[in-house]
Amino acid sequence: MSASLNSMRLLQSTGLYLDRSKTISFQFNGQSFQGFQGDTIASALAANNCKLLSRSFKYHRPRGILSMSGQDSNTLVQIGDEPNVRADTRAIEEGMQVQAQNVIGSLEKDYGSLIGLIGRFLPVGFYYKAFYKPKGAWRYWEKLIRRMAGLGKIDPGSEIEYTDKQYRFTDVTVIGGGPAGLSAALEAADNGATVILIEENPILGGSLNYARFKTDRDQVYRIRNELVERVSSHSNIEVLTQAQCGGWFEDNWLSILTPGRLFKLRSKAVVIASGSFEQPAVFRNNDLPGVMLGSAAQRLIRLYGVKPGQSAVVMTANEDGYGVALDLLDAGVAVAALIDMREQISLSDLSQAVVAKKIEVLNGHTIYEALPVAGNRGIRGVKVAAISGEGKVVDETRTIDCDLACISVGYTPAAQLICHFGGRLIYDESISMLKLDGMPKHGDKCKAIAAGSLNTVFDLQQVLADGKNAGGSAVAIAGIGVKPALGQKLLSSAVEQNHPWPIFSHPQGKEFVDFDEDLQIHDIEQAVAEGYEDLNLVKRYSTVVMGPSQGRQSALNNLRIATKAAGNPLQGLSITTQRPPFHPEPIQLLAGRSFQPVRRTAIHHRHIELGAQMMPAGNWLRPAYYGLPEQSENAVEQEALAIRNGVGLIDVSTLGKLEIRGTDAAEFLNRMYTFSYLKQPVDRLRYALMLDETGVIIDDGIAARLSENHFYVSTTSGGSDSVYRSMLHWNAQWRLDVDITNVTSAYAGISIAGPGSRDVLQELNCDVDLSADAFTYSEVRRGQLNGIAACLLRVGFVGELGWEIHVPSSQARYLWDILLETGQKYGCRPVGVEAQRLLRLEKGHIIVGQDTDGLTVPEEAAMSWAIAKKKPFHIGKRSVEILANKKQTRRLVGFTLPKKSVLPQESNLTLKDDHIVGRITSVARSSTLNEIIGLAYVHPEQSDVGTSFDIKLSNGNRLSTKVVALPFYDPNGKRQEI
Amino acid sequence: MPLSLLKYGLTKQPKLQRHFPPTPELKNSYDVVIVGGGGHGLAAAYYLAKNWGITNVAVLEKSYLAGGNTARNTTIVRSNYLTPEGVQFYDESVKLFQNLSNELDYNILYSERGHLTLAHTDAAVRTARWRAEVNKHLGVDSELIYPDEIARLCPQLNLGDDVRYPILGALYHPPGALARHDGVAWGYARRAAEYGVEIHTQTEVTGFDIEKGKVVGVKTNRGNIQCGKVLQAVAGMSSEVARMADFKLPIKTIPLQACVSEAVKPFLDPIIVSGSLHVYVSQSSRGELVMGASAEAYPLYSTRSTLEFKEELMMHLLEMFPFVGKLRVLRQWAGMTDMTPDFSPVMGLTPIENYYIDAGWGTWGFKATPVCGKRMAETIATGKIPDLIKPFELERFYRNEQVGERGAASVGH
Repeated sequence: MSASLNSMRLLQSTGLYLDRSKTISFQFNGQSFQGFQGDTIASALAANNCKLLSRSFKYHRPRGILSMSGQDSNTLVQIGDEPNVRADTRAIEEGMQVQAQNVIGSLEKDYGSLIGLIGRFLPVGFYYKAFYKPKGAWRYWEKLIRRMAGLGKIDPGSEIEYTDKQYRFTDVTVIGGGPAGLSAALEAADNGATVILIEENPILGGSLNYARFKTDRDQVYRIRNELVERVSSHSNIEVLTQAQCGGWFEDNWLSILTPGRLFKLRSKAVVIASGSFEQPAVFRNNDLPGVMLGSAAQRLIRLYGVKPGQSAVVMTANEDGYGVALDLLDAGVAVAALIDMREQISLSDLSQAVVAKKIEVLNGHTIYEALPVAGNRGIRGVKVAAISGEGKVVDETRTIDCDLACISVGYTPAAQLICHFGGRLIYDESISMLKLDGMPKHGDKCKAIAAGSLNTVFDLQQVLADGKNAGGSAVAIAGIGVKPALGQKLLSSAVEQNHPWPIFSHPQGKEFVDFDEDLQIHDIEQAVAEGYEDLNLVKRYSTVVMGPSQGRQSALNNLRIATKAAGNPLQGLSITTQRPPFHPEPIQLLAGRSFQPVRRTAIHHRHIELGAQMMPAGNWLRPAYYGLPEQSENAVEQEALAIRNGVGLIDVSTLGKLEIRGTDAAEFLNRMYTFSYLKQPVDRLRYALMLDETGVIIDDGIAARLSENHFYVSTTSGGSDSVYRSMLHWNAQWRLDVDITNVTSAYAGISIAGPGSRDVLQELNCDVDLSADAFTYSEVRRGQLNGIAACLLRVGFVGELGWEIHVPSSQARYLWDILLETGQKYGCRPVGVEAQRLLRLEKGHIIVGQDTDGLTVPEEAAMSWAIAKKKPFHIGKRSVEILANKKQTRRLVGFTLPKKSVLPQESNLTLKDDHIVGRITSVARSSTLNEIIGLAYVHPEQSDVGTSFDIKLSNGNRLSTKVVALPFYDPNGKRQEI
Repeated sequence: MPLSLLKYGLTKQPKLQRHFPPTPELKNSYDVVIVGGGGHGLAAAYYLAKNWGITNVAVLEKSYLAGGNTARNTTIVRSNYLTPEGVQFYDESVKLFQNLSNELDYNILYSERGHLTLAHTDAAVRTARWRAEVNKHLGVDSELIYPDEIARLCPQLNLGDDVRYPILGALYHPPGALARHDGVAWGYARRAAEYGVEIHTQTEVTGFDIEKGKVVGVKTNRGNIQCGKVLQAVAGMSSEVARMADFKLPIKTIPLQACVSEAVKPFLDPIIVSGSLHVYVSQSSRGELVMGASAEAYPLYSTRSTLEFKEELMMHLLEMFPFVGKLRVLRQWAGMTDMTPDFSPVMGLTPIENYYIDAGWGTWGFKATPVCGKRMAETIATGKIPDLIKPFELERFYRNEQVGERGAASVGH
């Protein structure tokens, strides 16, 4: 290897990206290579005369450098656990391990290429036509075909590298640091705008860095250096290099991806100067290593100091090809011939310079075929022929030896960002080019401007002027300072950039239209012939433009071929819709750091100290029970018994808490909830049941009237946000005089329940009279509890004497501690969610979302008592009234089973005559009641107490049980009202 | 190598047959006009012709063939719904799908990968068990499984408790499948065309002729036609087209976004859905991850893409598959979903005589393509609504008899 080490590297003077003082070693397919700091994988390999980078998707054909700009799939490689890396833009790093992808065997000897031999048996859409006969055959074929899918590999051991995101704001964003972008940024900045300039490459300059433009290259460098110098030192301009704009979204919302950070950028105005993609010509073997775009050869030479070949043929249809030839000559590459597809002999300075170098120029000719070396790993020459018509050549051909063919036959604007937002590229026959059909608007305003070759402007002076205009317009759009005078509207200088038909079919095929998907001319024609002539169907049937490069090099030629095959004129036709992102975006960059905060109550750490096993409840964590998991049943039982016989504390801080204030507060609740609140006395509580417009139960809670115009309302733990949102939504229509505040996190709630709870509270320094006569069930009082402002609600969810005490969250832990400590002698213990659920089940109280579902209406859940029938309106009223006249199909009932019975599971079905009529919604063993108790939906005909019904267990067995009266425990509610 | 491909390859100049003829001139009159040339409309046309001998049929498509939601969905087929009505309906669809390649003589690449609906909360476990119990009772293969079994089916999933929402269980539905969405529509189109059904693309309906409550004609951008009956099958535009016929649908149209990654070698076999994390993901036959999230929070007639969709989706995806961080998103898009209040479709009669509706397909339209086409064809041909789709009549909303599928439909496409 050492003999060829960097054998293609040019002298010190070229290689804008390189730092030749630093040598970097890396491995490609296990072989060691060296390059310089700044080299990409592809450039370093090219410097070592290694042309073969990858194998194609379907036929496993050898592929090498095509665009040298990260815009094609020829250079996709695997680096460690990272698949599908563009080797032509990824910089090498010391010790980097680069592997070829999608090869069977090795990159050099890929058995997958045998598929190419049977290519004629695999026409486009072949999988639609075969493999399914006889019936069932597909199962076997599928496994085989699935193995062929995909390119790179995912490593299941790969770890996430979390990156940050950052919000940015600016007046003007310029996308693209080429000549148009640089002059736009300067113009905007000079007129007072703050500018962020986005450039995907390591340094600014764009095409100024590699394209020839003029015979005197130094002249271009001077322009470039001056622009870059001014931009870099301008105090109003911030430059982001190695940054790609992934998408231009509504209201100038831009996603900017850099290797370690996603910027989310809001800009008052945007200048899009993303340039153009050079386009390939379509001829036999146009995909092999050694055939590359002219701009790719120039990039290799100018950016990386690499000689792209020893002997070249340049094919062109514009002046840029002559620039390529000059650059090749400057780099010491022999130019065997320059094939100019145009009939007309060019008289430009560039062409004259080429002629002066005694290079043979063949006008009106094309490369008809590239001649492969053994194994297709490169080319040994090209067959050239005179063009006799559109896509046709004369029979007589001539072979020219070369190892490099550079193609400069036209461009397509890199208009992806604009097209994502609704812009369209349409074919303009006068310039044989896709052209932007105006700029899409945000509402009725256009907030972005395209500049440079995106506007099919290619002459350097005009590009610079167009950029300047765009910068000025951007300042005007951003509304900053004085609107600068705009220059003259430019004429398109795209004439003679694109050849109208650089497409030559060959009897033996292998003229590739889409390199990603290995599609040839006849594939596209076949899709059309089979009736898929709409361009969208051509795409979907053949998969053209669906690969990693999303049609960057194939959309134009595909449009030409498919349209001609369908017999339609090209003028005004558009390519298929482009979608974000501009460049493929790493998932981890989009994801950033996971931001899904856990909500913890103010008492969380006490629960942990008390040995609680925490469980998720919506976004919250709540204690399931206190104790070891292996003793969970015992813990739940003991906790339940503590409340039944002594005192228990439950952290109920997760309940939603809303404050409704204003002169219409009672009226507002009257509309939102089913009960009547207008005449609810101050200091009283009322149950609050919320229905949606279809009469379905969606939430419940307690409404405490603290004063005439002030209610304090609780919601379910999971429902606080949606109830709050729903209240705001409705009042946006009702316009009642209320102020709605979500105070869920501001207050903590501790439920103290059990026969001893009054005794515990009375030991505290409390200014509220807690006696049975002074503070009755369903009342609310505000006062001081050991110096803490507290709101005490006398409720009975668990069916014992008890209070919910709501205090500012900051005081909650103190209150919890003091209650637990004071309660010691009364047997007070902390109680978790599981015991709480059991206790409420014993009382027959439903949990919305568990004992109800997306269709449960109040009557089904035996909740009709909670509806005030006389009031004129509540959200679900109309539906409830309609439903009242309908036959119900199910009803929630209580049932019991002997303690020793199999414990059915929640969601086990209930049956009537083998038809599903409902399911168990809650079920548990109750040690207080010494039996299994549960709630279940049954058919209304089965709902009378004493009626039996069947439960189907998960294993298919059936259990018979009977409906019992609810509640299971303390039916008269005496215990909670003492 | 299959014989058909051998034959093709060995023929010197293989004669290419059009799968469907070019759009013909519109005739003056058709027995049935189907508005909407997506999977549903084309399937209905096929079954009208095949099962009922009705071939004087025009399918009108405003854009290209099957270019609406048929082209935009994420191709999941399953029947593990929640209501007995839903389970039975989608079960027939799954059975039709399983034989569809052979029925249509067109390989729809039907791929039974198994479908896992992950449960991250005890409420989700309850719902999963509920669905499993209903499914099993009706003969549909579904089971509530726990992490050890999930690990066996999808060892790549992160089943640890070091994530925000650990996986507690899953509803496993072995028949869950993927199919080539375009292929389904093309296969139906091809066979329907063979029976003589006319397919008119780039033909937009602009209104209807309605006389005394009965539809008698259809106006299009290419001229007016008379019709015996009309079937509306225009997912994403259902309310707007119904408005032209002067009736209202209880439908909100909400954008739903999806995206694909670049192709990588197959590593993910089952289809994975997480309602809590708003993620569904499968790996296509091309090797791309096909991913989606829940529908947007607001109604909108726009197929714009957003950044926020990707950010949230990827954050959640990495919780499930932390090793895909370096994989790249290649393309995102959006479709429009016609959401009904009960997350079930609308099929059958409308207030307009001879005007039939096939709408409300929210995020579950593709998987119903065969059964809906078959049963709507039966409805149109016989004038009677088959029992299987009776529960889904438009009337149910007036009668307050909803078929609540929210628990099985949100996110789980």
